[in-house]
Amino acid sequence: MSVITRAERGARTKLPPEQPSIPQRKGGTAGYWLYLLPGFVLLLVIVIIPLIFNVYLTFTKWRGVRTPEFIGLENWVKIFTDEDFWTSFTNSVWMVLAMVVIPTTIGLIVAALLFDVVGRKFGGKVGSFLRATYYLPQILPIAVAGIVIGWMFRPGATGSVNQILAVFGIPAYDWLGQMPSALLVLMGVLVWVQLGYPIVVFMAALQRVDPELYEAAELDGANWFQRFSAITMSIIRPEIFVVTLTCTIAALKVFGPVYIITQGGPAGATLVPAYYAYTEFFTKRNIGYGATIATVLTILVVVVSIIFIRVQNSMERKERAGL
Amino acid sequence: MAATTAIITQGKTRVRPRGGMTKKRAIDWLLFVAVILGALVVMVPFYLILVNAFKTPVDYATSGPFALPQAIDFTGIQAFWERVNFPQKVWNSIFISGVVAVLAVVISLLNAFAIGIGRVRGRSWIVLLFLMANLLPQEALLYPLYYMFKSVGLYDSVWSVIIVFTVIQAAFGTYLLASVLGTFPKEVLEAASIDGATRWQILWRVVYPITRPTLSVLLIFFFIWTWNEFLIPLTFLPSNASQTVPVAVSVLTGDRLMDVTTTAGAALLSIIPTIIFFLIFQRTLTRGITAGAVK
Repeated sequence: MSVITRAERGARTKLPPEQPSIPQRKGGTAGYWLYLLPGFVLLLVIVIIPLIFNVYLTFTKWRGVRTPEFIGLENWVKIFTDEDFWTSFTNSVWMVLAMVVIPTTIGLIVAALLFDVVGRKFGGKVGSFLRATYYLPQILPIAVAGIVIGWMFRPGATGSVNQILAVFGIPAYDWLGQMPSALLVLMGVLVWVQLGYPIVVFMAALQRVDPELYEAAELDGANWFQRFSAITMSIIRPEIFVVTLTCTIAALKVFGPVYIITQGGPAGATLVPAYYAYTEFFTKRNIGYGATIATVLTILVVVVSIIFIRVQNSMERKERAGL
Repeated sequence: MAATTAIITQGKTRVRPRGGMTKKRAIDWLLFVAVILGALVVMVPFYLILVNAFKTPVDYATSGPFALPQAIDFTGIQAFWERVNFPQKVWNSIFISGVVAVLAVVISLLNAFAIGIGRVRGRSWIVLLFLMANLLPQEALLYPLYYMFKSVGLYDSVWSVIIVFTVIQAAFGTYLLASVLGTFPKEVLEAASIDGATRWQILWRVVYPITRPTLSVLLIFFFIWTWNEFLIPLTFLPSNASQTVPVAVSVLTGDRLMDVTTTAGAALLSIIPTIIFFLIFQRTLTRGITAGAVK
């Protein structure tokens, strides 16, 4: 791999995967490690070591001062019988519904409408403007979004939602103080924040669809829905996949809105794993137990990612075999 | 948060031939109205922020949340501005996000150069290792980092947050840029190499200028993502002097003692920088999020 002559280079039609793109004078690819050094050192100090430390903490009892006391599997035993822990994971399912299932479904419909109906019949400018409007909540710091929603749903007569209801003669309601409304409000916020992302991604994906395919299908007598499900869905499947994966991970990690809007309440009913771990760390000072929750969450994120990628690979393989 | 999940790649946005404006049927109008109504619902909270930020508490109590203010009043905005020393918070946010964006782009480029162009051994594992930093729940690093920063005296310093986000954002940048550089035109690199350029020179005189558009998209995304972050700044920046905008807003309004109009004022002030940013970079942003989400 040391010296590559002109002739060799000319004869090569394809770059072998293990060869660097630049012809190497000496030393092969080893010199490139120098370029990885700063990034790798930072990764080691900020991610890898803390992660290992965190796993170690799951076997300890620690209040954050003095040295952690080793207690073996106690935290791990506790976590399986901890009702709050199971509540928090059940709530993750609701978060997935609010951040993945609902936004992706509505996003698909809105993107298709914006592209097919608005874009084609009312002009591309109108389409892009509406797309930007739907996207706007995405750029809001989630903390700020949470605060706004928090005051909209304030209990009593000062909350704007209650004020609107008062117009219709409906008495004030404590939205965030009871179930299931607290969870529903939280989910509503997440849908609101999240919706723009799939819309923007799907609209871009729709540009890949060849209009001729549509025209052919139309001539064959396919209606809009048939065209949508047969052509559009199959072409933008990769985007649907990416959106679903990234949003699922985000849904499992959700923290800000819970911290700001409900604080996990009422009585732990809107607890999510990330918030639960946070309170164990900084409110109750059970560092070891908090670390255990965080570790379980990490494992879950990794498992979900692996499953997603496996499913996608096997789908791709099937598709290739089918063609 | 959510935006963190966006995927950036360079790509051309093809405009599908529209074939003129075809005739609109009743159903088209119906669907059009539905999409507009949806957009209006999405805008409701923004509207509420805007109109209530300029009301007095009395005005709010009498006219309700939807009415326009009877007179433009700045007391709510002013109260928030002074209580949190808003200019300082904005500066902290700009400083943190700006430094992170630049450092993370540099680290991403260095990593991606070794992986995408140098094709070091085991590079797919390396990419995966870096990507982990981005996918992991931040809670899994939170306490150890908290402890580490406390012991080295970086706790409550903006640099703690800067270092953490440089690593997290660079993880995503490495993943993305490595795949972009993996398809870098080989002829260009070979030509430079024949002319006697060293690797370092190739990186800065050949690769960097050509990938600059992608790097600028990354830069903008890193800036916004860092700006919007909440958990880590909340944990590592407890004091007033070092807080970021989102943390300052949440700390102040968290006690629920603040009146509605001040809350609206706080919300308005804290979204203005983001909105300005959005308007300036709207095109780049959309290109970034959209263009071929799959790479």
